[in-house]
This record gives sequence, C-alpha cells and structure tokens, in this order.
Amino acid sequence: MNRDDLIVNDSYSVNARHDESHGKQIRKKIYFVTILLSAITTVEVGLGIFIKQGTDFWPVVKWSFVVMTLIKAGYIVLVFMHLGDERKSLRYVVLLPYAIFILYLLFIGVTESSHLNDVWREFQP
Amino acid sequence: MAGEATKAIDKSLLWGGGRSPFSVSYGKMMMWFFLVSDALTFSGLLVAYGYARQAYLGAWPIGEQVFHALPGLTGNFPLIYVALMTFILIISSVTMVLAVEAGHRMDKKGVTKWLAYTIVGGIIFLGSQAWEWSHFIHGSAGYIITDTNAQYFLVEEVPHGKTAFDVEGFSLIANMGEENESIISGDKATSLFNDRINYVQGANMTINEYGPPQYGNFFFFITGFHGFHVFTGVLINIIVFIGVRKGIYEKRGHYEMVEKTGLYWHFIDLVWVFVFTFFYLI
Repeated sequence: MNRDDLIVNDSYSVNARHDESHGKQIRKKIYFVTILLSAITTVEVGLGIFIKQGTDFWPVVKWSFVVMTLIKAGYIVLVFMHLGDERKSLRYVVLLPYAIFILYLLFIGVTESSHLNDVWREFQP
Repeated sequence: MAGEATKAIDKSLLWGGGRSPFSVSYGKMMMWFFLVSDALTFSGLLVAYGYARQAYLGAWPIGEQVFHALPGLTGNFPLIYVALMTFILIISSVTMVLAVEAGHRMDKKGVTKWLAYTIVGGIIFLGSQAWEWSHFIHGSAGYIITDTNAQYFLVEEVPHGKTAFDVEGFSLIANMGEENESIISGDKATSLFNDRINYVQGANMTINEYGPPQYGNFFFFITGFHGFHVFTGVLINIIVFIGVRKGIYEKRGHYEMVEKTGLYWHFIDLVWVFVFTFFYLI
C-alpha cells in the first residue's frame, strides 16, 4: 500500500513553486469559475424576481435554487479553496461532517417544524 | 500481525521531520479545522431559520417583498440590491484567489494588487450591508394596531415626535391586501391613530413590520454574524497586505499566509451564497 502522508510532490505544499505556464492554466480555470458563478447568480435573481412564491412553478424553482446553490458552493470549495487539489483524506475530513450531521439536522428540523405549522394553523385566531 | 505501531519509523518521517497529516502545513490544517467548526455554526443558524420559517409558513415574509429598495431611488426593485452585494462578494473572492495564485509564483506585485482589490471589495460589501440594515430598521410607513387587534396601514409615515395632525391628508388603509381593502381619512383616521396601542414601523428586536418577531431577530443575527466575519476578514486581509508590502513573505520564501487568509475569505463568500439563497430567495 502506498503511504500518502509523505510529502513527495504536492503542488500546493508550502514550498511549491508554480511557473508562468502553470499559473496561466490556473487563471484560466479561475476565470471559467467566475463566469459560471456570475451566470448562476443572475439566473437565480431572475427566477426570484419573475416567478412568484405560491405559483405552480414555485416548487420547481425552489428546488432549482437549492441545486444551483450547491453547485456554486461546490465550485467555491473545490476550486477557489482548492480542496479539490488536496489529499483525499483532508477532503473527507472537511466534507463528511456535513453529509452526516447537517443533513440529519435538516431532516429533523423540517419534520418537526412542519408539524408545528399544522398545530399553529389550527389554533390561529 | 505486525502493523504500523510495531514498525520502527525513521525519525525524519515523523511530524516535524517532513511527515504531516493530510500533507498540508500545520497552519493550513488548523485553518481548515476552524472553518469546519465555523461552517457548522452557520449551518445551525440557517437550519434554525428554516425551522422558524416552516413553523410560521403563511405568516413569514417573502424576501423579494421586504428587500426591494435601492439607495437614492424610489420604486420597486425586488432583490436587485442583494444581488449586487452577492456580485461584489463573488468578485472579491475571485481577486483573492488571483492573489493566492500570484503568491504561488512569488509575484509580489501581483499579490499586492489583487489583495488591495479584495480589501476594497470587502469594504464596499460592509458599506452595502450597513445601508441595508439601516433601511430594514427604518422600514416604510408602517402600521398601527388598535385595541381590537386590527391592523391599519399608514399611507404616509408619521415622523417621530409628531402627531397625525401634523401629516397633511392623513389616511389609513383598512383590510390591507384583502378584497374589501379601503382607505380611511379625515377625523376617523386621526382618532384611530390616536387610540392605537402600538405603531409598528421598521424593525427592532421585539417587533417588526414585516412578519413574526423571529424574522427580525434572524435577520439581525445571521446577516450580523456574517457581517462580523466580513469585518474580521477585511482586518486580517489588511494585516497580511502590510506583511506583503513589507516583504515578510518574500523573505520567508512562500506566500502561504495569503493562502490561509484566502481560505477564510472564500469561506465568507461561501456562507453568503447560502444566506442569499435561504434568506432572500426562498
């Protein structure tokens, strides 16, 4: 088994040097992500302005907001914070807590508050 | 079974001798651990917000109906201002990542330039947030609550320290948003205003004109906590900027400090992406 805790050749370790051509390649990726993030935000704002809450389209729009947000978050974390270039072990240490705890917290939060809303509607003056 | 524990490891392979968990430096690893815990805090806040929103579904305000103003302009511009703030933060995140990239090439001039842009972006964002808070707190004309618990919306606001008599053509809107919506004016309106139990205008920690009190509280806490992160982020960026100018990192041989503050700055952008969606859009 290969040990992956030895610093052999890591492009983001302390003493890594990027030459001009490598830098150009990275900048190209940065500009691509910039355009993507701006485009997604524009689409989000457009949908938010033109599709009103409570219309037939709203549930689709709501879930597309969630998906678009996760895509944006993914690009920020993996490219801007270059977690995508780090070791697999660090990736899991950072991302797994959310997959476990926050998804569960969301689930119990939504379940409980939906029930609370039913009760609140019933006893509203 | 002889595992790693029984194997003699050369000293140079231990931490401090070239071996490091995850193959990142101590400082960078700790920054990641800090961000993990900080992100869990923000997740908790946003889930709590979602909980309150879902529990009050029906009475909870809709973002585009609350945030629809632009500084210096009258009229209805739903979400435009928040979208502008989002773009400012995304662009400052991009300039930060360009500063990190320049650091990897030991390009001191590039780091200085991009870091300066990042700081400017952060300050603009903070200023925008200050305006938004001020607008949220002052609110619109507001409404009054009578002793029969009825709500009447004001057409024009009654300034602080003034009475309804001081407002020319003072009138109220009854049954706002319903079919039998009507305007009350003259003596009836002024007497209704004088006999009110409360005049709700704008927002504070106990009541707000937009919706349930929790709405105002979550707005202040979530955007305030995020704004505080932006503020500290700008401060740290300024400190690192001074370090870059002085050539500390040039002498050290690497610009990892820029990378670490960059992580924090991107994290702020990341949180805003979620706040933008779950507070303003949905």
